[in-house]
Amino acid sequence: MTARIGVITFPGSLDDADSARAVTLAGAQAVPLWHGDHTLPQVDAIVIPGGFSYGDYLRCGAIARFAPIMTEVVRAADRGLPVLGICNGFQVLCEAHLLPGALAINEGRHFVCRDEALIVENTSTSWTQGFVPEQRIVVPLKNGEGRYVADSKTLSELESAGRVAVRYADNPNGSDNNIAGITNARGNVVGLMPHPEHAVESLTGPSLDGLTFFTSVLADLRVAS
Amino acid sequence: MAKIVVDVMPKAEILDPQGRAVQGALARQGLEGVRDVRQGKRFEILLDGDLDLEQMEQVHQLAEELLSNPVIEDYDLRVIDEGGIAS
Repeated sequence: MTARIGVITFPGSLDDADSARAVTLAGAQAVPLWHGDHTLPQVDAIVIPGGFSYGDYLRCGAIARFAPIMTEVVRAADRGLPVLGICNGFQVLCEAHLLPGALAINEGRHFVCRDEALIVENTSTSWTQGFVPEQRIVVPLKNGEGRYVADSKTLSELESAGRVAVRYADNPNGSDNNIAGITNARGNVVGLMPHPEHAVESLTGPSLDGLTFFTSVLADLRVAS
Repeated sequence: MAKIVVDVMPKAEILDPQGRAVQGALARQGLEGVRDVRQGKRFEILLDGDLDLEQMEQVHQLAEELLSNPVIEDYDLRVIDEGGIAS
């Protein structure tokens, strides 16, 4: 049976269509989810896409965190459902305390938009298991508030538990420990600032590396079922 | 009516690029000796009726959970006007 992967749309989401397209290209069925919904349809995984949910008012992701659908997402994530947060989605996951730390304004004050070289460090998460350890990939990055910060205790916990999922080869924004993405302890929730959904077709992306995030979760689901 | 002010500031150990930019602008406008600038947010909350203890606790909780992000920010809350008898 074709896997069903939900893609949430908040007011101000930008990359929900691209995320749904990536899901489809990976071989799954994309299921649109609406921020105001109080129930989750049957889905096998969830993508929280990039953009500027609620206009980024207050803080990036701060208001989206309280959207009705997020109550369901947190519950499902706690049950082990794979959840991927990309860019604004990563910010939402941090605000929702599904992942530790926060995303702050870029060190150099610039909005950074470029193809970014990344090292995949944890290849045992639901979303990265299709990579080989230390695999170097290139995926677009585009944000103004992408500087990952956490207190030193959290950082050392992340490092010692191998929970840094992807690291920047060349830190673009002053992120602590060159962190581009992290995972929760269980490995089902992953957040990252770069956009794998923009690297799934040679016509528009710098590589096809992004597709592996989406095919990884499908492999993960096949093992689980 | 009660009035509460919540100031949210980036934590001291967190780099504040906005403050840094403002610092540069102040210096360029001729202000001498600008050692540091931090930029934060101020919320003014007007509440109907008189403030009670339960409401205060609720506002404190929301200041910590919604208005600020404790990972990167501190908040300071003060009651400007308690409403009713106090005003």
